[in-house]
Amino acid sequence: MIHTAITDLLYGFTVALEPHNLMWCFVGVLVGNMVGVLPGMGPLATISILLPLTFGMKAVPAILMLAGILYGGQYGGAICSILLNLPCHPPHAVTCLDGFPMTKQGRGGVALGVTVIASFIGASWGITEMIFLSPLLVKAALQFGPAEVCSLMLLGLLAGSTLARGSPLKGVAMTLIGLFLGSVGTDLETGSERFTFGMTELDDGIELIALALGLFGIAEFMSSVNQVAPINTRYTHVRLRDMRPSLADLKKAFFPMWRGTIVGSLCSLIPGTGPTIASFVAYAAEKKVSKTPEKFGTGMLEGVVCPEAATHSSIQGDFIPTMSLGIPGDAVMALLLGALMIQGIVPGPQLISQHPDIFWGLVASFWIGNIILVILNVPLIGIWCKMLAIPYRFLYPSAMFFVCIGVYAANNDFFQVGEVAVLGLVGYVLLRLGFHPAPVVLGFVLGPRFEENFRRAMLISRGDFSVFVTRPISAVFVGMCVILVGTQIYVRLRAKGPAKNDTGHTDASPPITQQMAPQRIPVTPAE
Amino acid sequence: MILIGLGIALKGTTYRLGTPMHMGPGFFPTGLGVLLVLIGIAIAAPALAPTPEGEVQQDESILPEHPEWWAWFCILMSPVLFILFGRNFGMIPGTFACVFIASLGDRKRTWKSSIILATVVTIFGVVLFSYFLQVPMPILTWGDGL
Repeated sequence: MIHTAITDLLYGFTVALEPHNLMWCFVGVLVGNMVGVLPGMGPLATISILLPLTFGMKAVPAILMLAGILYGGQYGGAICSILLNLPCHPPHAVTCLDGFPMTKQGRGGVALGVTVIASFIGASWGITEMIFLSPLLVKAALQFGPAEVCSLMLLGLLAGSTLARGSPLKGVAMTLIGLFLGSVGTDLETGSERFTFGMTELDDGIELIALALGLFGIAEFMSSVNQVAPINTRYTHVRLRDMRPSLADLKKAFFPMWRGTIVGSLCSLIPGTGPTIASFVAYAAEKKVSKTPEKFGTGMLEGVVCPEAATHSSIQGDFIPTMSLGIPGDAVMALLLGALMIQGIVPGPQLISQHPDIFWGLVASFWIGNIILVILNVPLIGIWCKMLAIPYRFLYPSAMFFVCIGVYAANNDFFQVGEVAVLGLVGYVLLRLGFHPAPVVLGFVLGPRFEENFRRAMLISRGDFSVFVTRPISAVFVGMCVILVGTQIYVRLRAKGPAKNDTGHTDASPPITQQMAPQRIPVTPAE
Repeated sequence: MILIGLGIALKGTTYRLGTPMHMGPGFFPTGLGVLLVLIGIAIAAPALAPTPEGEVQQDESILPEHPEWWAWFCILMSPVLFILFGRNFGMIPGTFACVFIASLGDRKRTWKSSIILATVVTIFGVVLFSYFLQVPMPILTWGDGL
């Protein structure tokens, strides 16, 4: 097995090192890194805005670039949170806790330098995991019938919506809306039109790009216009010389790095727990292991290294179910999957065997991209810091243009530009009401396939719903769904009953999202 | 919160298309609709129930403290103008109008900076999308309306 893995990987490197692919990987990483530094622009918005650019490309460079944006953005986010105390993306919220105090002590350069190393190790581990686990998963997945696929998707959807940010109930509601939006258009089997309201433009369904750009682009701009405070760039003068960590620092960071990596990869194996949860769990674990837990928050190197390694290893791990099963764990993965589908590639277990160039090229490009990032980040940090000075008022109008032209270019259709505006407004209203739009995309991408498999399973079983429980593999997935929902209810009831004396994982949600702390009674979705 | 619950419940009921016969096209959306109603009720129920000891800590107002009506209007108008101008006059006016109106939303804007920004983005955008990416959109036309 190891032998085949190595030959496959070598093949992947030949794909990823083709000049054309290498260039786009580089572009993706660079753009991701750049945008990751900018506050108010997350990887979701960036990927959605640049998605239309990939239509003209072949599938391999397109996916390499988009993935590059994702992990490049993570590096950028770390810079932002360490130097500016601004958690641009939720996974980096914990990094602020110890990273910014280090900056204040004048050790920001060291923190950045070690973070780069930690991220690289975390990512490498995640990639290794991907190489060995994905083929195994595929082998198992190839025996799945429609019933299994269906319950697996149900699990993915439930996990993605309940474990993500905000109230689980609202997450489920958002996923349902996503599923509903996915069913707009011509029905796959009977050809009848659904929810088109007589508009022929809606026959082909709602465009994924319009949805993503409306929800993550326009809604984001609306909520942050005139809200972005001028940034304190007092501490951003980091010189190259400052970044080299001393041997003692490296020694101190070595074990936390590995602990973070392990935590991250474990978290990525549980569906739905993305990098945010991984980084918080890693920080909490590191604090427990440490001999001086009281010093955390005052600029401990361990407190920076461990969550960063966890974030990166879990991001790479998230690709495993996405690429091998076709079930994305969060909205970013759903977008990447959507990009593949636009290229005419059917996601699922057959992807690796049918398009080995995509899968192995992607794996190899992770490594290449991460090395590029390490090299890039060292000399370019100064430039990134300068970029923070670009005012938001220049940023978002330009981004608006990219939104408009991007959606137009997808199908050369002005109608979809209108879709974006409507969806943007809807997205903003939902955002204000505490509904996070990310699960919508998850539901939207999975929706049609879910419905298709559901129908097929029903057809095979002649309308007997018990098929999901009587087939063993499917029953396991359904059981996991029940456990997932059950623990959610349990945790909620416990949090409601006695005072919150338990500071376990449930409290480890980032401070940004805590403003919408949910206090609602969850209800088991009627399966 | 009540509004949302009601909204979702209404949505669910109005969208019941078809009948759950032998897997008609309406089956799946109907199921979704029912689930949405249930969840909508579940979300709305705590809000409807009398709150025990005056829990006012959650301000469920839809509007943020400083509503930016003008900025929101500008942002939403931006794609609309892009459609109008782009369809009738081509890419250059469409882009210019789109960026210009969006930049007007910011409180610190000046007319001059907006115009400059819109011009720069227009030049850049036309070069990038028209020449490099070959987006089939006329650069300048007159009232063709596609």
